[in-house]
Amino acid sequence: MGRKYLARKSLHALATLAFVLAFNFFLFRVMPGDPIRLLARGSATHMTPQRIAQIEHEQGLDRPLPQQFVVYAENTLTGRFGISFVTNESVTSVIARAIWPTVLLVGSATLIATFFGLWAGIKGAWGRGGLFDTTSLFGSLVLYSAPEGWLGMILLIIFVGAFHWFPAGQMSSNTGQTGIANVLDILSHLFLPCMTLVLGYIGEYTIIMRSSLLEVMGEDFVMTARAKGVPDRLVRRSHAVPNALLPTLTLVFYSFGFILGGSVIVEAVYSWPGLGLLTYRAIQDLDYNVIQAVFLLFSLAVIAFNLAADITYGYLDPRVREA
Amino acid sequence: MQTLDPTPSEPPVLVDEPTDLVPPKSPRRIGWARRRRALSAFWKTYRRSRMGMVGLVMMVLFILLAVVGPFFVPAKDVSVAFATGKPFQPPTVHWLLGTDNFGRSVLSLIVVGSRISLIVGFAATVVTMVLGAGIGIASGFYGGKTDTLLNALTNWFLVIPWIALAIVMASILGPTLLNIILIIGITSWAGTARLVRAQALTVKERPYVERARALGGGDLHTIAHHILPNVMPVIFANTVLTVALSILAETTLSLLGLGDPNSVSWGGIINEAFQAGALSAGYWWWIIPPGVMIVLVVLAFTMCGYALDEIINPRLRER
Repeated sequence: MGRKYLARKSLHALATLAFVLAFNFFLFRVMPGDPIRLLARGSATHMTPQRIAQIEHEQGLDRPLPQQFVVYAENTLTGRFGISFVTNESVTSVIARAIWPTVLLVGSATLIATFFGLWAGIKGAWGRGGLFDTTSLFGSLVLYSAPEGWLGMILLIIFVGAFHWFPAGQMSSNTGQTGIANVLDILSHLFLPCMTLVLGYIGEYTIIMRSSLLEVMGEDFVMTARAKGVPDRLVRRSHAVPNALLPTLTLVFYSFGFILGGSVIVEAVYSWPGLGLLTYRAIQDLDYNVIQAVFLLFSLAVIAFNLAADITYGYLDPRVREA
Repeated sequence: MQTLDPTPSEPPVLVDEPTDLVPPKSPRRIGWARRRRALSAFWKTYRRSRMGMVGLVMMVLFILLAVVGPFFVPAKDVSVAFATGKPFQPPTVHWLLGTDNFGRSVLSLIVVGSRISLIVGFAATVVTMVLGAGIGIASGFYGGKTDTLLNALTNWFLVIPWIALAIVMASILGPTLLNIILIIGITSWAGTARLVRAQALTVKERPYVERARALGGGDLHTIAHHILPNVMPVIFANTVLTVALSILAETTLSLLGLGDPNSVSWGGIINEAFQAGALSAGYWWWIIPPGVMIVLVVLAFTMCGYALDEIINPRLRER
């Protein structure tokens, strides 16, 4: 893999990160009013003048704008995001607690949605216009049109409200069980929110895979393979699908930001104790330190994923890194 | 030869004008006739797409509902203070979709909400398109440093997760209808800009642009008369898809509690139901119908958008 390609992509990711940092800084300071009042607006506890002065100093708000930026950059890069005005805990520790539930939820949902989405897309494209293709395309469009939060509520009404098949939210029943029982307990709590995200994104993946494969199916090398007499199944498996898979997987990587965003409202519906629920509560309480930190974290995650996608793509497809 | 013929039977036929022609037309009229013909040819292709036609019919119905529907709902039906129903009433013959926590008919709320949902969808799309087309054309047409700068900006906005950006902006700016429209526009123009830039780059190299320039056409003239009309088809298909995305974005913001609390939208109804504990209480009639409306309207615009895309984008045509 070309070192130049790697360097260019990494530099690009760093520049994007710098832009996000600067954007976050200015967004907060160009707003009318005093940042500290804005910060404290949602505060549940009363702020003493000493406390306000202390926060002002911590965040550098008592200094001129350029110096404020230096303090802001320093604080951000070293992971000091101040305190949550609602719980009075440090934002870093609040976030650290919430990361793993979200990784579990978003990770499992992405894997399942990708797997079944690609499968349905391949099957649909290969039998274009058939019963499976028509049904899956229509189903994909309907799922794509449904807001994730609403989908979650529907599943909750059906499977918890009407059938009582699953627990009604949170991540565990908190009965102190260990080992296998605990894992099963978490899985039963995970099932519905995970399914919600899967349903919310599987349609998109199916459509992307389908159109990508359709495009490849019109290429000359596929016709060549058919003309050579390669069996249909083999044409699909070794000639068409690998070439269609690459752009699709890149798009799946790129869409990571959306599934992360979708998790906010789904976690709120299921009280899943991850970053999404944290964000949801922070919005309700106007807890700006938390909102800012989550914004930076989400952006960082998406930038990292895009970089990973670029590198993988460059590694697998020599045409890209030469360009 | 016509001049030698004593009785010319018919005037020479212009290639451009198959019907109703007497004297040579002005360039303007020729242009309009050509546009009319292109439009009817386009319609003929579009009509063949079943998905596109179903989407179009649904879309027209929804627009009718949003324009006309609210006139048939008396103001007191959706007023918190004067609603006549009992709270949390399940659907009956009189209350077709039941009532909410204030005893308002959910059906009336949905009819009234259609207008806000569509207004936000269309207005946010206008913002997206103006920003996206403007930045995309400027970037592609001017090239050089302008392009480098605008392209970097576009790439940045493509990467920042829209929901995080929208949350930060909405919580700082405050939840008004105008802010929501602006936020959706600002967070979604980048995709359009990239599409338009690519198209503008290819259009710029075509001979007629060179001709316009050689005849002394300035930048603005070239953009308005040559670049924009040729980028328009791409913008058009994208616009229809963007309306769908904007309606979904409004729903997401409303569900997060960042919607305008003073106006009724479909997403807002679902959010109110959620906040009022409709989930644990099992008030399904309050949550399911507004969501179904969102799914249907987004589906309608998406189907139209895909059908348009398949006609306009030659790469997608069936081989």
